[in-house]
Amino acid sequence: MCLSIPARIVSIDGIMAEVSAGGAIFKAGLHMIENAKVGDYILLHAGFAIQKISEMEAAETIKLFEEMNNSLNE
Amino acid sequence: MNDFVSLNQGSGGKLTHELIEKVFVKRFGMAEPLTDSAILKDSGFTLAFTTDSYVVDPLFFPGGNIGKLAVCGTVNDLAVSGADPRYIAASFIIEEGFPMHDLVVIAESMAEEALRAGVKIVAGDTKVVDKGKCDKLFITTSGTGILKPDMEHIGTGKRIKPGDKLIINGPLGNHAIAVLGARNNLSFSTPVTSDCASLNHLIHNVLDICKEIRFMRDLTRGGLATVLNELAVMIGSGITIDEASVPVDDPVKGLCEMLGFDPLYLANEGKVLIVAGTGEETRVLDILRSDPLGKYAEIIGEIIPDKKKLVVLNTSVGGKRILDMPSGLQLPRIC
Amino acid sequence: MKYIDEYRNKDLVMKLTDLINKSVRRDYTFMEVCGGHTAAIHRFGIPSLLPGNIKLISGPGCPVCVTGTDFIDKAIAYSKMEDVIITTFGDLIRVPGSASSLEKEKAAGADIRIVLSGLDALEIARINSEKKVIFLGIGFETTAPGTAVTIKLAEKDYIKNFFLLSAHKIMPPAMEAIIKEGVNLDGFICPGHVATITGSAVFNFIPEKFNLGCVITGFEPADILQSILMLIRQVNRNTPKVEIQYSRAVTVNGNSIAQRHLSEVFEPCNAQWRGFGVIPSSGLMLRKDFERFNVENNIPVRINFQEDNELCICGEILRGLKTPDDCPLFADICFPENPLGACMVSNEGSCNTYYKYRLTK
Repeated sequence: MCLSIPARIVSIDGIMAEVSAGGAIFKAGLHMIENAKVGDYILLHAGFAIQKISEMEAAETIKLFEEMNNSLNE
Repeated sequence: MNDFVSLNQGSGGKLTHELIEKVFVKRFGMAEPLTDSAILKDSGFTLAFTTDSYVVDPLFFPGGNIGKLAVCGTVNDLAVSGADPRYIAASFIIEEGFPMHDLVVIAESMAEEALRAGVKIVAGDTKVVDKGKCDKLFITTSGTGILKPDMEHIGTGKRIKPGDKLIINGPLGNHAIAVLGARNNLSFSTPVTSDCASLNHLIHNVLDICKEIRFMRDLTRGGLATVLNELAVMIGSGITIDEASVPVDDPVKGLCEMLGFDPLYLANEGKVLIVAGTGEETRVLDILRSDPLGKYAEIIGEIIPDKKKLVVLNTSVGGKRILDMPSGLQLPRIC
Repeated sequence: MKYIDEYRNKDLVMKLTDLINKSVRRDYTFMEVCGGHTAAIHRFGIPSLLPGNIKLISGPGCPVCVTGTDFIDKAIAYSKMEDVIITTFGDLIRVPGSASSLEKEKAAGADIRIVLSGLDALEIARINSEKKVIFLGIGFETTAPGTAVTIKLAEKDYIKNFFLLSAHKIMPPAMEAIIKEGVNLDGFICPGHVATITGSAVFNFIPEKFNLGCVITGFEPADILQSILMLIRQVNRNTPKVEIQYSRAVTVNGNSIAQRHLSEVFEPCNAQWRGFGVIPSSGLMLRKDFERFNVENNIPVRINFQEDNELCICGEILRGLKTPDDCPLFADICFPENPLGACMVSNEGSCNTYYKYRLTK
């Protein structure tokens, strides 16, 4: 498990948000997330935002990929 | 076979094939392989003749309605067989209590689409049934057109050779997603509109100039994957598809990722697969791209010699996997 | 699409594959325990990119696969009752029960509706107050908190006609059971979305007790390949530990708000796993305060439980002991259109993906 994709919060109304995945709009419950803002990316699963995506960590991962490419093999 | 007909048997994949084979084909003595239109030779003429039923729910969706679909679908079945569509007959089964206004709008759409496609609706039938005996409205259209001798190979693909290229005229899955969104019983919305359109003028332009067109088929129920598998079996050869070159619009992609659908299996109503001889593909692409209905056309794959008749997908990251026939309807999943 | 396309970059994937090829020194067997990973590995054709000495096996990660026949039989029995609406995720619709499936029952007229969320099911209950709406709760730690939130909302709003039939399970006990089976493994590709909720710490027991490495992995091809590389390096250096590859979504402690919802509504219980039998403390059941939502408490149901086809080896496949090729029914009378066991029904089931993937290796 489980099918969950990064989606961008496009609007918030109370505890519910609308999130966009490439333009497809889904409803997402924000019951498990704190301080969600429009523009944040969350992981959407079964109608709930289960985590915010860390932009910093995401960038780190990509950077690590690039470094791995340059690293000596183990 | 099962005692009750299931929805999966109408989804266009393996189970639909099985239903058609076991219940209808042999009883009706139909010639195989089954093609989009039947080719009928009589007194020096060759006619293409086809029929289709339309039971789409909801009746109205972004980009069209059941009436427009009924005309486009039958026009396209004729056009992809290489025929010049001419005449359509339309039968209506209407549920008691159906709003007259809606029926008029639907009929108007049919008239508009027929004019656009250059076909005439020349015969019809209407039945009204008790409430509950049909789901609002069902339409069946039959159509016929002239098939010239030099086009007869297009439906069967018997001139296809390894190395021939596969081309589609634009992004996949829009119709299925537009209809799913319009049903409003799953909590999402998209800006996607159905690609429902008559392709006969586009196809005519291609056939007029390109002389090495080997095969065509429209990509309806079961999507591209179904047509490719049918084709592989029909010609006894393999097919490779380059995933990265298959166009899919972003909202369709996003929806598929979220619900676990594969766009290669989704229904289209304005997409055609063209198989062109090596060397012809660029010209086909140019002609398609100069038309609004082919603006985003792409070369997506090729025919390869392979006795196993497999359709292999070269994935967007460089891997390989088999693209099978769908077994039933795709269902939204969490896992 | 952001946070997806970057991890599907072909050049990146090729570079990672190259690094993997340069890093292998022996044979490696890694198990993934998440249906989402099984699907992603198949979908992107990852096995076709790996060298022959890396073997990826699928464990019991698809909740559909591990959900017993009796659960489906109960759901079907409820669907036949008057004034009942069954709400379910699409995954369960085709899973075979003893004699039928939800799909077949739907064809015969039962009111069975696919929902994308527990919240949708609750809405159906609000709108149809004269009917009993039963939500089929499947899924692991990723999905269960959502069900917990739904139950709390039903409680808050006095929705008296909403019920839950729970088959929610948790992952770590099953992983421990697999290891104790003695399956030959060199490490785990750990479920990234489960870990989003639980945090990576819940997997610490695996290297600590069993000396096996764990990498918490995302679901894009670059994630999976990076994880495989990390696992290879752990094996080569003999440093089994828990590492987080999916750092953009997973932390050591996880989502504490989701965990709180979960523990308020559910408590661990023994649970039946297809192919494993009962694994202690591996399931989730409603706490006393929320018992009234448990449909089995309110509406008793009787089922005629029948064992799976005696030749079906889904159980051994789920435990990683056998592969689909070892099954006498596989691709013969058991195939996606006619699934005899859950491994063939589910899109992520080992047999289903194996069937689709066959012949390209």
